[in-house]
Amino acid sequence: MADSIPQSRSRDLDKLLLRPGNLVGPTFEAGSQLRDDIKECVRVLVIGAGGLGCELLKDLAFSGFQNLEVIDMDRIEVTNLNRQFLFRIGDVGKPKAEVAAKRVMERVSGVDIKSHFCRIEDKPISFYNDFHIIVLGLDSIEARSYINSVACSFLEYDSDDIPQEESIKPMVDGGTEGFKGHARIIMPGVTPCFECTIWLFPPQVKFPLCTLAETPRTAAHCIEYAHLIKWDEAHSGKTFDPDDPEHMQWVYSEAVKRAELFGIPGVTYSLTQGVVKNIIPAIASTNAIISAACALETLKVVSGCSKTLTNYLTYNGVEGLHTKVTEFVRDKDCLVCGPGVLIELEASVTLKKFIDLLEDHPKLLLTRVSVTYRGKNLYMQAPPVLEEMTRSNLDLPLFELMGKTPRDIVHVTGAAGKGDKKQSCSRKLRVIFKGMVGVTDMDMAGGA
Amino acid sequence: MIKLFKVKEKQRELAENANGKPPIKKQSAGELRLHKDISELNLPKTCSISFPNGKDDLMNFEVTIRPDDGYYMGGTFVFSFSISSIYPHEAPKVKCKTKVYHPNIDLEGNVCLNILREDWKPVLNINTIIYGLYHLFTEPNHEDPLNHEAAAVLSDNPSMFESNVRRAMSGGYVGQTYFQRCM
Repeated sequence: MADSIPQSRSRDLDKLLLRPGNLVGPTFEAGSQLRDDIKECVRVLVIGAGGLGCELLKDLAFSGFQNLEVIDMDRIEVTNLNRQFLFRIGDVGKPKAEVAAKRVMERVSGVDIKSHFCRIEDKPISFYNDFHIIVLGLDSIEARSYINSVACSFLEYDSDDIPQEESIKPMVDGGTEGFKGHARIIMPGVTPCFECTIWLFPPQVKFPLCTLAETPRTAAHCIEYAHLIKWDEAHSGKTFDPDDPEHMQWVYSEAVKRAELFGIPGVTYSLTQGVVKNIIPAIASTNAIISAACALETLKVVSGCSKTLTNYLTYNGVEGLHTKVTEFVRDKDCLVCGPGVLIELEASVTLKKFIDLLEDHPKLLLTRVSVTYRGKNLYMQAPPVLEEMTRSNLDLPLFELMGKTPRDIVHVTGAAGKGDKKQSCSRKLRVIFKGMVGVTDMDMAGGA
Repeated sequence: MIKLFKVKEKQRELAENANGKPPIKKQSAGELRLHKDISELNLPKTCSISFPNGKDDLMNFEVTIRPDDGYYMGGTFVFSFSISSIYPHEAPKVKCKTKVYHPNIDLEGNVCLNILREDWKPVLNINTIIYGLYHLFTEPNHEDPLNHEAAAVLSDNPSMFESNVRRAMSGGYVGQTYFQRCM
């Protein structure tokens, strides 16, 4: 395998990309141009260089992508080595993204992988817009939610609420927990975004604090007692850092004492880490299966060489094997990926007048409206302390309050409907100021 | 599926337009949901809310409870709330900043309220939690103890519990523990 012949490297890929077929996507254009473009032009961002990330980088590099970037904030730990196969014992302590990129580049000629050793929030939003597709190998809801909101922020709708194709930033999201995993495609504006289906995630298990304090029954109870209650008692004001081995060791030894007191077996250092950091044992093969699905879907989204998964694959290997694809639907009112209600205004309209307009708007009929714009609360109906602080904005033109931005998203909350059927709700609005929109923007609004 | 190469230029154009704007503060889905919760707050007159970081940081705030009934009548108790970006998937983190002699609140400010942990559901909201906290002062309960001693006294000798609460609230020792005045 190590001495593969260069000319034959894309032979199998060529069978997919150079020939027309009956099962291809609607925009598929077979030919060597497509193959070369995938190599030379397509830019793929992999988020996470852990269990899934290592697999993804390898799979994508072997699938003909040559311009890859990878971002990960973690350093390599000994416990990663059983499945994060790009890492060796001598790499422990080094940034995952850097080592993973280097190893794949050493192994696959022609591939260029740029690594970013930082938090995803550290990159400017524009960084993410530079990629044609984003592949996610993450282990947290927070990080997925963040990337989803970034990708959806590039999405533009035309005046008929149709998403503009060129503004769609596709994402392929993989995730595993032990024997279980999922792979999904998110085409913002077309398929449900992460926020549309956030209810799919089961709630985290949280033990009642009084159980921990009074009637512990399991090893996990003892660990959480040490972590959540004992730590604060012993270290006034010092925050617990789960990545600090000394902190973890302290929690472990306190948990052991607690367990001895109540005669509970089973507290170990690795269980302590698992409970405190919410770690679920990862299985190399589950990562491999899910990553393979994600890499293949990435190739299909980019090339159109086959129809893509619609839109959520679940894999369960706990007992036998079960796998299924479900077509989830979008939340049409999703605050993150939905079109929102288009509202055209004169630049002179005050915030007060704007709020009044929403009451009469046929698609809104909103009363008791509060308004927020890019993290600034322009007007709050309640509580009184915020109402007072924002009241003076009511007489100012909305255009000024929005920093003279000619078109942008504004979020409002209020009560919708009439009489007894009033329901509280949040709405996304696409506000456009007449006569303020530049030429390029006009072009976009037309849905070119 | 995506017309990658025809759209390349267009994407660049969009990016450049975006770059012309002032730096974007991203508003998470959690912040938007919290905005709704806060704008609909309907608090009893015994509870008030404040935003130490100003009107644009709703993710960190304080709630002050002044019970007008029960053992804790006349006291002032401050709770800090910290909300995560994936709210309401995750419950708010709530701590009692006032040191209080209470069966369900320990001396570090940890609060044993079911809806803050095991019974939290995304349909609940900030208003529900504040009512729940208020309820702890009108109906302290010895069955979910976080301060073991206080719970035992409440259960065995309610009148002694009452005088302990009074002593703590007016500033003084209960057993070995000193409580600052909060009346």
